[in-house]
Amino acid sequence: MIGLTDIEKRFGDNVVLKGVSVAIAEGSVTALVGPSGGGKSTLLRCINLLEIPTSGTLRIGEETLAFKPGEKVASKDIQRLRRQTGMVFQNFQLFPHRTAIENVMEGLTTVLKWPVERARERALALLDKVGMAHKVDAWPATLSGGQQQRVAIARALAPSPKVLLCDEPTSALDPELAQEVVDVLGQLASEGTTMVMATHDLRLASKIANEVVFLEAGVVVESGQATSLFANPQRERTRRFIATLRHEQEGG
Amino acid sequence: MPHWLQLMLESLGPLLWAALVFTTPLTLLSFTFGLIVGLVVALIRLFGPRPLVAVVRFYVWIFRGTPLLVQLFLIFYGLPSVGILLDAFPAALIGFTLNIGAYSSEIIRAVIGSVPKGQWEAAYSIGMTWRQAMRRTILPQAGRVAVPPLSNTFISLVKDTSLAAAITVPEMFQAAQRIVAVTYEPLILYVEAALLYLAMSSVLSALQARLETRLNRYGGFLEARA
Ligand SMILES: Nc1ncnc2c1ncn2[C@@H]1O[C@H](COP(=O)(O)OP(=O)(O)OP(=O)(O)O)[C@@H](O)[C@H]1O
Ligand SMILES: [Mg+2]
Repeated sequence: MIGLTDIEKRFGDNVVLKGVSVAIAEGSVTALVGPSGGGKSTLLRCINLLEIPTSGTLRIGEETLAFKPGEKVASKDIQRLRRQTGMVFQNFQLFPHRTAIENVMEGLTTVLKWPVERARERALALLDKVGMAHKVDAWPATLSGGQQQRVAIARALAPSPKVLLCDEPTSALDPELAQEVVDVLGQLASEGTTMVMATHDLRLASKIANEVVFLEAGVVVESGQATSLFANPQRERTRRFIATLRHEQEGG
Repeated sequence: MPHWLQLMLESLGPLLWAALVFTTPLTLLSFTFGLIVGLVVALIRLFGPRPLVAVVRFYVWIFRGTPLLVQLFLIFYGLPSVGILLDAFPAALIGFTLNIGAYSSEIIRAVIGSVPKGQWEAAYSIGMTWRQAMRRTILPQAGRVAVPPLSNTFISLVKDTSLAAAITVPEMFQAAQRIVAVTYEPLILYVEAALLYLAMSSVLSALQARLETRLNRYGGFLEARA
C-alpha cells in the first residue's frame, strides 16, 4: 500500500538515503531499526514530505509522486500525499496553546473543515481510545510525557491517515511512561492500523512490529518478518546490532 | 484652595478633551496600523523574495536610524515642497505608523523565529498549509512572547505623541502649551501634563499585566514545549 522506490535524499553533498526501496502492506507494522545517523528519521520524514526526497518515487494508497533532482515539487502535491499520513514525534510537539481535545480537533476543523461538534465527538472518541478521556480539557504543560504522547497519537489519528509514522515515540519517556505508549500503539496495531516506526526500543519493536527494516548509512542492510529477523538475523551486521541493543536494554 | 490646585483643576477639562480627541485616537490608530505594517515587514524579511527583503530592510534602517521628530517634520513641512500636502493629524498618523512599523517588525520577526521548528512540523503533519500553520500555530505562540516588548513600544508611543504638538496637532501637550501661553505657569501646567501621561502609561501597564496573566493560563511556556 505504501511503496518507496529508489528513494535518495541528499543534504548538500551528504547522501543520507542511498536508493532505499521499501514496500509496506496495509495493516502491517514496520519497525525501522539501525544505528544512530543511519537515516531512520529522514526516511520517515520523506514519507510525509517534511523532507523532499532528491529522487525516487513515493506511493501512498492511490497517490503517487515522483521526485527528480533540482525539480521543485508543487505544494498541492505535497499536501495530497501528506494528508494520507499522520506523524508522532519523539518530543510530542503538542500545540502548547491548545487543550488536549483542541489539539486533537485541530486537523479536523482547520484542515478538513469539519463542524466543531462533529470534530469534538471524534476527538473525544480518540482520547478515550488512548486512555486520555479524563484529561480532555487539560493543557499540555500539565500532562506527563506519556500522557502528552498519547494525546499526540490521538491528534495524528484524527484525520484518519492511511499510515501512522512514529519517530522514536517512546525514547523521550521513562520506562514506565513508555509502557503506556507501547500499550496504546500495540492496541492500534491489533486493530489493523498501518504503522511505520523508527525505534531503538526492542520491546516496542518486538511487541508490535511484524516487519523490520534494518537501515545503516542510508542503505537497507536487511529486512523481513520481525520474528525471524530478531531471532535469526541473516547478516552479521544486523546480528551484532540486535545483540548490542539487547545488551543495553537488559543492562539498564 | 491653593492657586496651583485651582489652576490644575481648571486646566483638567481642556487637557482631557485634547487627550480624548487627539492623543488617544492618534495612539490607537498608529499602533494598530503600525502593527500591520510590522507584521507584513517581518513576514517579508523571514519568508519574502530577496529584492523585497532589501526594500523593507532599507525602510527599517531609515525609520529606526533617524529621529522621530525629524520624520514628522519631513512629512508635514517637507513633503509640500514636492506637492504632497497633508493635514497635521494624518501627517502625524503616517509618521507614527511608519515608525511603529519599523520597530515592531523587528520584535515580530524575532518572536516568530522563536517558535520551535517542531511546531511547524507538527502543524504540517496534520495537513495544514503554510498559512494555516502560521495563523493557527505559530502566530498565537509568537504573540504571547511579543506582549512585553510590544507593550514597551505602545507605552513609548503614548508619550511620543506629544511630539505631534510640534507639527500643530492640538493634542494634550499642545493644549498645555496653550494654557501656559496665557497663564505664564509652565511649571504647574507641565507637571499636570506629565502626570496625565503617567496615568495613561500606568493604565496600559496594568492592562499588559492582565493580558499576560490571561495568555499564561496554559502553563509555563518553556515546560509546555519540553
Ligand atoms: N536537515 C538536515 N540537514 C543536514 N543533514 C541532516 C539533516 N537531517 C538529517 N541530516 C543527516 O542525515 C543523517 C541521518 O540522520 P537521521 O536523523 O535520519 O538518522 P537516524 O537514523 O534517525 O538517527 P537517530 O537514531 O540518531 O535518530 C545524519 O548524518 C544527519 O546528520
Ligand atoms: Mg532519528
